[in-house]
Amino acid sequence: MNAVVNAQIESRHLLSGNEAVARAAWEAGVRVAAAYPGTPATEILENLALYPDIHSEWSVNEKVAVEVAIGASLAGSRALAAMKHVGMNVASDAFMTQSLAGVVGGLIIVVADDVGLSSSQNEQDSRYWGRFGHMPILEPADSQEAYQMVKRAFALSEEYEAPVIVRMTTRVCHVKAMVIIEGDRIERHAAGFQKNPQRWVMTPANAKPRLPVMHERDRKLRELSETIDLNAASTGSDRRIGFVTSGPAFMHLRETFPNAPVLKLGFSHPAPLDKIRDFAAQVDTLVVVEETEPLLETEIRAAGLAVRGKDILPRFGELAPSVLRPAIKPLLGEPYPVPARSQTDIFPRPPTMCASCPHLGPYFALSHIRNLNIIGDIGCYTLGAGHPWNALDTCISMGASLSMAHGMDKGRGESDAKKSIVAVIGDSTFLHMGMQGLLNMIYNRGNITVLLLDNRSVGMTGGQENPGTGQDLHGLPAPRVDFAKLVEALGVRPERIRLVDPYELPTMVKLVREETKMAEPSVIITNRPCSLTDRFEHLKPYTVIDDKCTGCGNCIDLGCPAIFVARRETVTAKNGKSKELVFARIDNNACTGCHMCVETCAPEAIIQPQPQLKDRVIRIQPHA
Amino acid sequence: MPESVLNILVVGIGGQGVMTAAEMLARTALSQGYDVKKTEVAGMAQRGGVVSSHVRFGPKVYSPQINPGEADLLIGFEVAESLRWLPYLRLTGVAMVNTLRIAPPVVSVGLYDYPADPIGELAAAGIEVHAFDAGAIAGELGNLKLVNTIMLGAISDHLPFPAEILKANIVEGFRAYKPKLADINAQAFDAGREAGHVKTLSDRPAANA
Repeated sequence: MNAVVNAQIESRHLLSGNEAVARAAWEAGVRVAAAYPGTPATEILENLALYPDIHSEWSVNEKVAVEVAIGASLAGSRALAAMKHVGMNVASDAFMTQSLAGVVGGLIIVVADDVGLSSSQNEQDSRYWGRFGHMPILEPADSQEAYQMVKRAFALSEEYEAPVIVRMTTRVCHVKAMVIIEGDRIERHAAGFQKNPQRWVMTPANAKPRLPVMHERDRKLRELSETIDLNAASTGSDRRIGFVTSGPAFMHLRETFPNAPVLKLGFSHPAPLDKIRDFAAQVDTLVVVEETEPLLETEIRAAGLAVRGKDILPRFGELAPSVLRPAIKPLLGEPYPVPARSQTDIFPRPPTMCASCPHLGPYFALSHIRNLNIIGDIGCYTLGAGHPWNALDTCISMGASLSMAHGMDKGRGESDAKKSIVAVIGDSTFLHMGMQGLLNMIYNRGNITVLLLDNRSVGMTGGQENPGTGQDLHGLPAPRVDFAKLVEALGVRPERIRLVDPYELPTMVKLVREETKMAEPSVIITNRPCSLTDRFEHLKPYTVIDDKCTGCGNCIDLGCPAIFVARRETVTAKNGKSKELVFARIDNNACTGCHMCVETCAPEAIIQPQPQLKDRVIRIQPHA
Repeated sequence: MPESVLNILVVGIGGQGVMTAAEMLARTALSQGYDVKKTEVAGMAQRGGVVSSHVRFGPKVYSPQINPGEADLLIGFEVAESLRWLPYLRLTGVAMVNTLRIAPPVVSVGLYDYPADPIGELAAAGIEVHAFDAGAIAGELGNLKLVNTIMLGAISDHLPFPAEILKANIVEGFRAYKPKLADINAQAFDAGREAGHVKTLSDRPAANA
């Protein structure tokens, strides 16, 4: 990463799209950058954090990040907010109106669509937001373009006084490709906030006159789209099909049909309909190749042009060469190569929780208690829905666990009569959007049990900081929220706020049992750090004494990936029924000595061969 | 410089160093004047999942992705993963395979079976297979983390630039950031290079498979 920060002008580097965005924003003189971590956009801010001349921060959610960027823009500074596609849903309340008011310092929103759902709960096409919010959209196809377009986006934003969306996808963010660094940082003077209530106070009376201004801006941007060099057609020798495309689909298309004419839209909204009309006149058939929704296609068709698109191409997932070939070759009446070998039938490797993961204890407890509806949230703990816990029943959006659990409590159906309702949420998700759900539930006299799994990190995205960790984006000490005090302030009675070490399995199980039976809301807060972060203390591995293992399988139920089945044996029990015994072993290289499995082992077959801290690990005090 | 693009698929399990190895290949290719693209399919940012890294380089690279049936080289850090990605290899492709077996929990608890003879299946597919126990070589050298460099050494004679250039890039990287590990990585590279020269024949059950 430092290679990017120190890159000399006129040099070639292997950069990810995210690294290229950060370098370009720095060169463009960005002064404020904010984001909430989210795959595949996380590394944009992690890279911007390496530049000392920028205020960069993890904001608590995407709406806050955009509002921070808006404030900086109004002060005259160039500003950037970055997020994954679902972050746009959260942030939209802010940018939908700011687009009407406009901007001062260049304001860009870099959004990363997880096309293909490598690590997301849905697949969204963020290009809708440009149409919805009257904002131009730039779509880089690789790192080099991301680097160039981010710089262009700042200039365009200032020229047209509009926020500009830079739409990336996973296949741009996380691909490393050659980037030629062309410039150095250009410092920009910020004039400071110029008070102008008619412009910046969006009351109905002030907002109304802005509407025609915004529509006039759309018209000018449409004119620009016809002439800007980012929208360029390449002539091809084979004019049977001409393609209109944007983003990384362009690269797949060039790879698959090197001789076809292609109109590539780097500035894809507003679309250059005249240019497209001219291009269409030069080819037999016009095909739009866009990830993921048929936005350009619909607009081109509405302009009266005959066009193919989603009638032959999928409306979801990446348009890789392996997808384009079978979809388009038949239009040409040509055969396409079929892979010579069929897919091999190999077992899956589903993502799993880590050895010593502090979520293992709570899920061990949840999987051993009956009659629960377990309403989940976004984070590593979503994996609790999988094997062997099967202890998570829903997952939709950031913070939804608390509010949905409350609704499920109030809307109880017949089969829920005797069930307790549990919400499971992590520290960062709670601070992002969960607090409001808890406040709402308390205010509206709900009764759910909240498991607040505080692992002091944004785990799933790679262990980023948040206001609950005590550190900021730069790793510097920062004020740390006290979750117990916070939930008490939101109205949970102190008696019902239970702090627990999630490694203490018997206590964990007992607490969940107790609290789910209470006639009032309670919050159980765990306190062990994510085992992939520096806050986790690695201890010496445990081992199983084979002679003592009775094959009960209790430790396997923990779901720790360091514990595996060494052998199986079928025995006949006293009641005549046959029973399968599973004898366990511990993988020395994977075990980090957390001792959770020791708590599951009645015959005391799991030991630490070289005890290092008396005979047990140090027990940490709740929120010590 | 060859006119066509070389496609290298590096596969394994999260945490094994697949992405680091791919990065080293990509950086070396860039240093040799090639256009380069490298892309990963890593799934959720969790350990233990399937990881595949595509490295493509040549005079000009458009798509970062390797299509099924178009990989020239397959570097497998785990044996079942090598078999999983076999359909991506050309019929005439070369597979450099570490014979390490890592069974995930779903296999360990009996929900799925681990393939009985993955090396045999690979060799029977008609490709050129080089299978060896990189972990054993790393163990002899005294550091299990050397597997990455051993695998790069093993593939180094199948690249369009001299093996010494890849070796020099790896060793220089260590000399700059972890100088104590530079010499041992040079040894690991050479040991891997030698191990990679041995072809695994299809009529012979592979060792450790």
